[in-house]
Amino acid sequence: MSVSAAIETDAGTRRDRPLIHPRWVRITHWINAVAMVVMIMSGWQIYNASPLFEFDFPRSITLGGWLAGALLWHFAAMWVLAINGLIYLALGIAGGRFRRKLIPIRIGDVFGTVREALTFRLSHDDLTRYNAVQKLMYVVVILAGVVVVLSGISIWKPVQLSWLTALFGGYDAARYVHFFAMATIVGFLVVHVLLALLVPKSLRAMITGR
Amino acid sequence: MRKFRLIPGVDKTLLIKDAAKLMPDPARRQFLRGAASLGALTLLTGCDIVDGPTAERVLRKISEFNDGVQAALFNPNTLAPTYPESAITPDFPFNAYYGEDEAPVVNGETYKLEIGGLVENKTPWTLEDLYKLPQERQITRHICVEGWSAIGSWTGARLSDFLKRIGADTSAKYVWFRCAEGYSNTIDMPTALHPQTQMTFKYGNEILPVKYGYPMKIRIPTKLGFKNPKHVVSLHVTNKDMGGYWEDQGYNWFSGS
Repeated sequence: MSVSAAIETDAGTRRDRPLIHPRWVRITHWINAVAMVVMIMSGWQIYNASPLFEFDFPRSITLGGWLAGALLWHFAAMWVLAINGLIYLALGIAGGRFRRKLIPIRIGDVFGTVREALTFRLSHDDLTRYNAVQKLMYVVVILAGVVVVLSGISIWKPVQLSWLTALFGGYDAARYVHFFAMATIVGFLVVHVLLALLVPKSLRAMITGR
Repeated sequence: MRKFRLIPGVDKTLLIKDAAKLMPDPARRQFLRGAASLGALTLLTGCDIVDGPTAERVLRKISEFNDGVQAALFNPNTLAPTYPESAITPDFPFNAYYGEDEAPVVNGETYKLEIGGLVENKTPWTLEDLYKLPQERQITRHICVEGWSAIGSWTGARLSDFLKRIGADTSAKYVWFRCAEGYSNTIDMPTALHPQTQMTFKYGNEILPVKYGYPMKIRIPTKLGFKNPKHVVSLHVTNKDMGGYWEDQGYNWFSGS
């Protein structure tokens, strides 16, 4: 509890604040964060073995050292990512959290939130409710997570699961789908981490729950 | 995850270098180098999961677990997709751990396929006799461990027919192939018996050229490219995993598609 104690602020003591993230959300969030970083960094190294575009990723931000090492990391962390992701999706759907927190998303609200943010009037007082932009980003990243896992499986097993590979347009197309799903997640990560640092109490909430 | 404490005074980079010694050449000795930059993870998890020797041991164990998962996923009746002639990749790529001009040149006149292990008839096979086996053609996708793929046309005999013909013990676990240049592969018996696993003698309409593995390649469309040995000179049926050139260096052993 020393971590939470250290970041207590003027917003009252821990017990006074509403519970924003139940324990299962916090646990699956941080397990996912670690697994995702390992998957992305090792994935970049794998990409470098046969780049899809005119660039490759600098060695310093890849994991595994060479192709075989990266593949070992990738195919180890995939279990953590997939199992943790399934638990998260199951609890999020069954417990109603996704329905309560993420929908509906209204286009007008999205523009409204963007306008408020650009004029520095966006409120962060109530962390229990997501604004329309947050909702949109979380829905998009959850979908990108599903696509990145399914397209990854389709690249891994294009013979045994050829129907899945066909769904993504064949083996070569599935590699591009896998890449762009990764790019979507990385784009989300950049914004997500930046905003968490700008609004530190949101980071606190993901650690202590309140 | 086991807690792994560094011995005080021992340079962490030296430990990682030590682990990297398992790698064959300097270019590949980067196996866990990138892992050092994952130090932040240690802060989050409280245990040093990315320390060289421990990490490598754990990763290899998980890779072995993945072999088992892939063997379970492997359906002996599932065929690799086949393609029309128009889908064949023009100028099918040469790929090996050596340059194209270094590919071994095998003399077809004196060539004999050596047979060994759990087999009744170990008489070596001349190329002339091999060519007399019933042959069929497949147009399938070759998928490289690096990620790229190419579609080619391969003609040859079913390995499963050949194994029956030589009286191989098909209840054995593995088939091991040795190649003219010293390359090798071990594959699981269910894959060896798969109807598309082929002793390949022709690419397209011509006798298998040197760059694609003259005189004989083992074409396995249910496995990654490096599990398709070229210039095969010896075949052993065995219960012992004999490993392979890339498998021994860290590529996943099963590497099924």
